[in-house]
Amino acid sequence: MTDQQDFAEALLAAESTFPPGLSTWNGSDPGRRFAVYRNNVIVSLIDALADTYPVTQELVGAEFFRAMAFQFIQKNPPRSPLLAFYGEDLAAFIETFPPAASVPYLADIARLEMLQVQAYHAADAAPLDAGEISQLLANEPELPRVSFTLHPSLGILRSRHAVVSLWAAHQTDDVTAALAEIAPNTAEAALVLRAGLDVEISRIPVGSAAFIAHLQQGLAFAAAAQQASAADPEFNLAAALCLLIQGDAITSVSLSTTP
Amino acid sequence: MITSLSPFVGAAVVRRLPVRAGIGLKPEHFREILAAAPDVGFFEIHAENYMVDGGPFHHYLSRIRERYPLSIHGVGLSIGGESPLNDDHLDRLATLLDRYQPESFSEHLAWAGHGEVFLNDLLPVPYHAATLARVCSHIDRVQDRLRRRMLLENPATYVEFSASTMAETEFIAEIVRRTGCGLLLDVNNVYVSCVNHGRNPYDYIRALPLDPVAEIHLAGFAREVDAAGDPLLIDSHGAPVAQAVWDLYRYALEALGPVPTLIERDNDIPALSVLLDEAHQAERMLHGIDRHSREARA
Repeated sequence: MTDQQDFAEALLAAESTFPPGLSTWNGSDPGRRFAVYRNNVIVSLIDALADTYPVTQELVGAEFFRAMAFQFIQKNPPRSPLLAFYGEDLAAFIETFPPAASVPYLADIARLEMLQVQAYHAADAAPLDAGEISQLLANEPELPRVSFTLHPSLGILRSRHAVVSLWAAHQTDDVTAALAEIAPNTAEAALVLRAGLDVEISRIPVGSAAFIAHLQQGLAFAAAAQQASAADPEFNLAAALCLLIQGDAITSVSLSTTP
Repeated sequence: MITSLSPFVGAAVVRRLPVRAGIGLKPEHFREILAAAPDVGFFEIHAENYMVDGGPFHHYLSRIRERYPLSIHGVGLSIGGESPLNDDHLDRLATLLDRYQPESFSEHLAWAGHGEVFLNDLLPVPYHAATLARVCSHIDRVQDRLRRRMLLENPATYVEFSASTMAETEFIAEIVRRTGCGLLLDVNNVYVSCVNHGRNPYDYIRALPLDPVAEIHLAGFAREVDAAGDPLLIDSHGAPVAQAVWDLYRYALEALGPVPTLIERDNDIPALSVLLDEAHQAERMLHGIDRHSREARA
């Protein structure tokens, strides 16, 4: 064990402890002083998660959230000095965290909030102009084989729960009243997209979400539409395209070699 | 002390921060700064916060940078770390510096991660020959990669190590001698560490090499007590600058002459006007010293 390894392990230990080799000018117990570092590390990381996941925190309360975050941090400490995206795997952790099982949609709310942070910091990209898009859509022989590059901020979340409605209720002044209107077990899909400097989260039909998610994964137009119809018999291709065009979400197109 | 040959011959033209007071740039204040164009000497950012691909942070920073001098202050390089420097992180830093061309780049005499794990705090280093060699080789690597002189900030610490064989000031002086780096004198850290380790902060400043000091940081601390009931000050960056730190700042300015000074605030961020008032207070002291030293020379 190296000195810094001892030090690092004591910082993240479950119980308050301190590494060997510390000294104090007045002979006082170094544990009390070491606790300042422990506190800085743990509190700053919990705070970072609380900043990223405000609605997740509201759903379970600050006390529960912070206790859960502490356990998460011990299992998944940051692997990068870039803390903006720290906690990408919190949703997966929540799914395996028994005390959170009573809030079945908690993990998907966390996924939505991480998509929001990723959209906020995603690269800037200019949309394809409207003329080019209409030309493309009019080109019936080639359209099925066209692949789209979507805006880097775009994210899709398909959930078995009413994630968008639940999230939106937490943006209102009277959260309790807003929540009373929601059936949490209704499947919903979210489109996360930065418009200018603001990230917008909107509820979109499940089929549109499937279509856009498949385009984003690189599927060509026809194949993505086919997948979307399979996912949602009511899939409306025109409405899905409209979401992308109005959201300035198409940044380039190319012709795939495979259909 | 004058550092000898610069090893960064061929580096871009060196611009310096103005000898004024600056404040930390906070996202809460982005819009107000652009709308109100406050009279402030410079802004400082934490490098890691801007290591993102795009979006509002770069939108606002690029506009603010067009109008003001900029200092980039790293918190994640882990110069005091046992682990090798993270090359990816150094590359990201080079990209950021290239994009914004800051007048100053600084980092800490501390470590912030071990192995794969990033701990998000500025952790203390024992002061002896082996750690000195390691810190110096990391600083050499940083300065070579970034093709510029960096400023190294003195730490706020809460514990010391029985393995230490050198005083902190001696350790820092030797780093400066070996690497040619500059210093960022954090006056609050001097005060906090000296109180925490039963030393005299004025002696500390007298023991430092002062020529390489190119920036000063001022911040607030929180008060606790250690297990013996002695004061234990915490470098919280969450309070106004304390009177004892202003007094020490005045003393440092008398020894150094006027130096660009930052008001640091990272927690409990107040209104922009509150930070600007503190910056103006620092600037009055800077200019007072300036006048004083001009009169002394006349």
